Amino acid sequence: MSIFTGWGARGRAFFSDNKGPWGAPPSGGGGEPPPGDEPGGPWGEPPKRGGGRPSTVTSLDDFLKRSRGRFGGGGGGGFNFGGRPTGSIFMWATIALLALWLLLTTFHQIGSKERGVVTRFGRYSHTLQPGVGITLPAPIDRVQKITVGETQEITLGSAAEETLMLTGDQNIIDIAYQVRWLIRDPEKFLYELAEPEETVRQVAESSMRQIIAQVSLQDAMGVKRGEIESRVQEEMQQTLDAYESGVSIQGVAIKQADPPAAVNDAFKEVNAAQQKAQSYINNANAYALQIRQKAQGEATAFDKVYVQYKLSPGVTKRRMYYETMERVLQNVDKTIVEAPGVTPYLPLGEVRRTAPKAGGQ
Amino acid sequence: MDAIRRHPIASLLVAFALLVTLFSSVSIVPETKQGIITRFGKPIRVINRYKEGAQVGQVGAGLAMRVPFIDRIDWIDKRVRDIEMDKQQVLSTDQLRLEVDAFARYRVVDPLRMYIRARSTDQFEQSLAPILGSQLRNELGKRPFASLLSPEREGVMGNIRRGLDRVARQYGAEIIDVRIKKADLPDGTPLQSAFERMRTARLQEARSIEAEGIKRGTIIRAEADAEAAQTYAAAFGKDAEFYNFYRAMQSYEVTFLGVNGSKVSPTTVIMSPNDEYLKEFTGR
Repeated sequence: MSIFTGWGARGRAFFSDNKGPWGAPPSGGGGEPPPGDEPGGPWGEPPKRGGGRPSTVTSLDDFLKRSRGRFGGGGGGGFNFGGRPTGSIFMWATIALLALWLLLTTFHQIGSKERGVVTRFGRYSHTLQPGVGITLPAPIDRVQKITVGETQEITLGSAAEETLMLTGDQNIIDIAYQVRWLIRDPEKFLYELAEPEETVRQVAESSMRQIIAQVSLQDAMGVKRGEIESRVQEEMQQTLDAYESGVSIQGVAIKQADPPAAVNDAFKEVNAAQQKAQSYINNANAYALQIRQKAQGEATAFDKVYVQYKLSPGVTKRRMYYETMERVLQNVDKTIVEAPGVTPYLPLGEVRRTAPKAGGQ
Repeated sequence: MDAIRRHPIASLLVAFALLVTLFSSVSIVPETKQGIITRFGKPIRVINRYKEGAQVGQVGAGLAMRVPFIDRIDWIDKRVRDIEMDKQQVLSTDQLRLEVDAFARYRVVDPLRMYIRARSTDQFEQSLAPILGSQLRNELGKRPFASLLSPEREGVMGNIRRGLDRVARQYGAEIIDVRIKKADLPDGTPLQSAFERMRTARLQEARSIEAEGIKRGTIIRAEADAEAAQTYAAAFGKDAEFYNFYRAMQSYEVTFLGVNGSKVSPTTVIMSPNDEYLKEFTGR
């Protein structure tokens, strides 16, 4: 074991030295950290190991020594100290990078609608609430920001393209709808489903198909839209809960539920027929109203006259007769003929000619 | 320390080797994966295995140790995954065709078995997709078309799930559910004839609505006529003889004078002095 620690120490020494000239540490790139990256390795105590002893072997070794000397500052009266400003810049740049990296991976700003899911070496540790969260630096703790408060939308079907579905009465409907959802549990959302967005989409499609297949075309197009929407929402929520998805369905909105274009004309004809039927009924109602009023009017008029007639039948009857005859005969041509035998010889042409004058008067 | 300075390149290499060894003896196990550690191809351990009801962060994931270079880790997804199936044509008992698109959700509950039987989940999904298809065809093919439209009602989906689950268990996976994403009439004749049926049904509806309108209109008119007749009869029936006279007077006026000033054709009346009206004229 002592051998191992010895080797380890040497290795570490080497590595810390190498950091200097080569800039950033190997795991600091922000990508997937190599497994088992030892935190002490990259940035552990480099300055102490100064000792700028003269180099004898290779230029690389020589270079390392000089770098070390510079890194150590006033440590051991470094060989060629301050001789090459470029090397010094390297050092400071490295330190600055390290500091920046620490700063960036330790402090996390979480927006008001976000949660930060923290994993320590891959294991879920805790969830950061909005504000500034502090974690261990990057290879140890990693933070995944998830937007939870924001409603996301999935639109299925559109006006441009037909999305056909079979209804319960084996008709076909062209439907377009929108699903609004949000992430309720960020941890579940991250860890329970392989493709959460795609899953929500698939479940939306299958739930809508399932519900539409239970209602008739008329219901789907008209009155039961609201009911269908809430049933789809319920069905989706149940299914997604069964997957432990951490997703909450906010609402389902049917934007369009029409007959397919291929049969649209026939549906319009139904509308036209409804209009026509309504106009038949309206006309009949108008006629009925008219005929009733007329009957009542005439009956009332007859009643009034009849009451008077009853009081003195003979006189009233004669009076009515003469008055009517007056009105009738004053506007017509009148010819009075005595002998019955003359009638066939009447100059009917003459009678006719004078007639229009009479009519016009 | 002198040794390092004397042989810097050799030391570098050694250091590098050590680091690689370190990296390969410690593994980060994420929450989303289950690992199988194999030694010379023989599985020896499962890490972060799925446990039902376990909370995230409690078990499994984190750092895992293994013997470097000898042990190998293969990863199997721990999350719920889906198997997508190609569209299947299903023939109902009444010989109607339906094109069905379904998916199944599963989770690997025994990663070791999955590893041994299929190596990877992709492989498993590929071999299970056709089985899902045939399960679907078999179960749905036992039913008439009308009940194919909503198979959820009759527990058909449960049967399919159970059937598929039996197969999936052999691979160490559990089928959570099977859902039908789409059920459409196949393009071409079935779809066109469905459209034709819808069209004719609508036209029939249109005709019947129109006829219904005519019927109701006629009834309304007849009712009004009847009511008017009743009104007339009630009034005029009191004295039929007087009505006859009264109506005759009205009738003469309408015939010779017109109603409300409407023109009537010119009339010539030839009267005999013996006429009732002229009785007094002759002075008798």
